[in-house]
Amino acid sequence: MKEYTLTILIPLMMGIIARLYMMRIDFRQYPSYPQGLVSHLTLGVIAAALGSVAIPALIKKEYAAVTFLALAAQQFRDVRNMERQSLDNIEPTELVPRGTAYIEDIAKAFEARNYMVIITALFSSITIHSLGSMNIPKLVVYGGSILVGFICLFLLKGLLGRQNIAEIADVIPAEIDFDGPLLKANGTVLMNVGLKQSRQLYLDKGMGVEIIPKDPNASATLATIGQRQAIIHNVSAQLGIRLDIGEPDFTPMARRNLDNGNIVMSIVPMERDMGLLIEAVKRTPVLETTKRKPLQSKVGSKTVKREE
Amino acid sequence: MDFGIKDNVIAVITRDEKAVSVATVPTFYAKTEQQQEAIAFYLSKVTTGMVHDLGNGCYVVVKH
Repeated sequence: MKEYTLTILIPLMMGIIARLYMMRIDFRQYPSYPQGLVSHLTLGVIAAALGSVAIPALIKKEYAAVTFLALAAQQFRDVRNMERQSLDNIEPTELVPRGTAYIEDIAKAFEARNYMVIITALFSSITIHSLGSMNIPKLVVYGGSILVGFICLFLLKGLLGRQNIAEIADVIPAEIDFDGPLLKANGTVLMNVGLKQSRQLYLDKGMGVEIIPKDPNASATLATIGQRQAIIHNVSAQLGIRLDIGEPDFTPMARRNLDNGNIVMSIVPMERDMGLLIEAVKRTPVLETTKRKPLQSKVGSKTVKREE
Repeated sequence: MDFGIKDNVIAVITRDEKAVSVATVPTFYAKTEQQQEAIAFYLSKVTTGMVHDLGNGCYVVVKH
């Protein structure tokens, strides 16, 4: 066993570093701290262990062990279920819900991160064993393994990186006003606000933005309700929101201008700062589950040509 | 699970009796606009619904 100690430990460490690198505790408070963090770290360690023992098991001709590894990898599919369930359960208690599309996106990300850990550990382990079979000093072998681990880590992180709204759309301030009881932002009707005092509060404290998609792909993505809800959730999580149960008048809204596909949004935030509001919208990730690319279809590409 | 009447008009507050035909929905009559506004506000608090203005002297409370 001693011959394998370092060759297993180094890939294991690389895997754990990969998991830690992908673990971000930010304003979203997801994964939740401390319990959520611990359970994800533990799963990360298990994933790293799987990746790092696969090659030694094959070398030892322990084919049964490899089969068991495949079985264990199946468990990581449950990570997605676990995340989805837990987020679904707290959804009714959220003042501004995340929306199911956002939840699905988060759950997928957590599953993918565990696979990323396995791949990092595996490649690190492959390097150790392939370099180890050559006549190279041990230190170089271990160094090479660590290097490959880090390269793997950054490549995968880049691969898993998501676009944000700023890349697919422009965000500009929108004027909020009323046409009778109808709340409008830059001319697009958002909702009917009956109470005069609510209308006054909107005029005093409300804010609006208009999100202008850069191309028809972006327009189709932003049209999905899931993406809009994710924007609303992120903005209200960061700027704070003037809202409570039994006060539906101030529910933030994102509606589509049917003429041009622009999204207008109204919100009554705690922090009234247009710069911050635009920044928050721009930084919202484009959800994988809502991404649409109609231009890549045969029909979609023809419609653009006709417009030109 | 949260059960309840949703996406339905749950009350009408009006100054014009003729504007509301059949009272399948609780209807409240107000004499002045201020009174109407107040009733609508209180009702929205009780039902946690939202007040909408129909523009014809009628307010409706809708739970979304």
